[in-house]
Amino acid sequence: MKTFGGKALFLDRADINTDEIIPAKYLTENSKEALKPHMLEDLKLEGFDPNDQTVRESKVVVARSNFGCGSSREHAPWVFEVNDINVVIASGFARIFRQNMFNCGMLALELSEADIDGLFAYKGAGASIAVDFDNDKLTVESGKGGKTFSYHIAEFDRALVKAGGWVEFADAKY
Amino acid sequence: MAMTLAEKIFSSHLRDEPFPGAKVLNIDVVLCHEITTPIAINDLVARGKDRVFDTSRIKVVIDHVTPSKDTKTATQAKILRDWARRHKIKDFFDIGRNGVCHAIFPEKGFIRPGNTVIMGDSHTCTHGAFGAFAAGVGTTDLEVGILKGVCGFRQPETIRVNINGRMPEAVSAKDVILKVIKTLTVNGATDCVIEFRGEVVGAMSMEGRMTLCNMAIEAGGTSGVCMPDEVTVDYLWPFISADYKDKAAALEDFRKWSSDDGCNYKKVIDIDVTNMEPQVTVGYKPDQVKDVSDVAGTPVDQVYIGSCTNGRIEDLREAASYLKGRVISPMVRGILSPATPDVFKQADAEGIIKIFMDAGFCVTNPTCGACLGMSNGVLAPDEVCASTTNRNFNGRMGKGGMVHLMSPAVAAVTAIDGRIADPRKFRKEKI
Repeated sequence: MKTFGGKALFLDRADINTDEIIPAKYLTENSKEALKPHMLEDLKLEGFDPNDQTVRESKVVVARSNFGCGSSREHAPWVFEVNDINVVIASGFARIFRQNMFNCGMLALELSEADIDGLFAYKGAGASIAVDFDNDKLTVESGKGGKTFSYHIAEFDRALVKAGGWVEFADAKY
Repeated sequence: MAMTLAEKIFSSHLRDEPFPGAKVLNIDVVLCHEITTPIAINDLVARGKDRVFDTSRIKVVIDHVTPSKDTKTATQAKILRDWARRHKIKDFFDIGRNGVCHAIFPEKGFIRPGNTVIMGDSHTCTHGAFGAFAAGVGTTDLEVGILKGVCGFRQPETIRVNINGRMPEAVSAKDVILKVIKTLTVNGATDCVIEFRGEVVGAMSMEGRMTLCNMAIEAGGTSGVCMPDEVTVDYLWPFISADYKDKAAALEDFRKWSSDDGCNYKKVIDIDVTNMEPQVTVGYKPDQVKDVSDVAGTPVDQVYIGSCTNGRIEDLREAASYLKGRVISPMVRGILSPATPDVFKQADAEGIIKIFMDAGFCVTNPTCGACLGMSNGVLAPDEVCASTTNRNFNGRMGKGGMVHLMSPAVAAVTAIDGRIADPRKFRKEKI
């Protein structure tokens, strides 16, 4: 199983699409590692710089609704994976992106809009998020304190993460 | 119990339910292209599992960047080509015979009512036009599909969209689907199947139905679906005539892949097209849609007609009927990409290619081309493209570029005017 949690990157926008996460011109690469420098390169978000040190050090992405909409490209989870980001927390996901995350043994965690607001209260305070996968809880912490949230994960998705991904799960079973 | 079409397909294809609500389906058709498949192939090879579940159920095309533009894209094509040959996959379409995946695969009769279809491409939902469950998936799902012929889904709910009324002149399937997306919003159909019903859909050709289903994903939908009927039978008849004694028998068989009366819908939406205007997107989301009269006059640098949404013969006929005898604005670069070789040949036979070229359009080979800015027709920063494609995302056709989605009719008159224009103000010529 992958490790989950660390410094949080807050992307305060809904409908962040996979073209913004990894533009199509990089889909000519045949290795995941080659995608690494281009994470979130085309993200349209006021004040966001994809090359900023805090972006590069992040381990968890927090965003609003419909995260990962658009193209089916698994390059979107992969570009996070090769940058050591294995968790995205949002108030909603596009189906294919969400499935791709779990298929890769990564976490796409859905929280209510109120809880996402609660997480965003820690934006800009050097916040870290720890995921307690066995107990379905995540804790955000910064200089100004901390807070714990519960999340729900489908049993199938949990099994995929534990197996290390869909290839491993399916190969053992079908 | 009364069931939706999607429920019938799920129950008839259920391989396993490892957890309540998690459905692993047997897949009838696995479609592959050169952008999302090579990494799956490489991974299968690395795992010592370079096998395919059924060579006859895997269909392969090189379409996104063709001819290859550089060493990297040539390598992607080579990985796919070598794999198709190594596994003796008969239905492999390489350059000269290739076209945009969601146009060429239906044209070859590969998709049938009741099928389950996956591809590493989000616009796979197009194939639901045949009464199939067709879903775009990532490379890992594709890899398992290739190896095992299965794919996992949450049981989707169905949203029924009734489209009724009389289609006005210059309004097409593209305008209808843009209106549907505006109504549902970009995530209104997440984890849902969108079922297109009503007299307007019944009167639509398969081409029009594919345009509708193609953009189901832009509302978050897992698949679009239309109910199989006489139009479906007529379209598929060249491929199924040996299987049925007549078309009536085929229709009776296909009709079992329809939603039952009294089935359970998550939501029912009614759209009357009678007073609808042609629709155009603004902004960077496909649900940001306006009437053409609200955006007419917006200058554009490029007009692109093609793609899995609107690169079929009917689309070319519609655009050509406005372009015939006219010349496009000197301020505009016009690009036509017929979606398949058969579309190209048919358009040539009907004089449509000449109409486009006489008007000043560049005609490319069949390819995904400018739609996703990874081969030809890329925009410069701050340039604007009027496009018959399916996504207006920030940077989609080139960093800093702006895309307005529209029908072939609006695109054609926009090319003539150099600004977004209303086709109802132009005379159509017989072609």
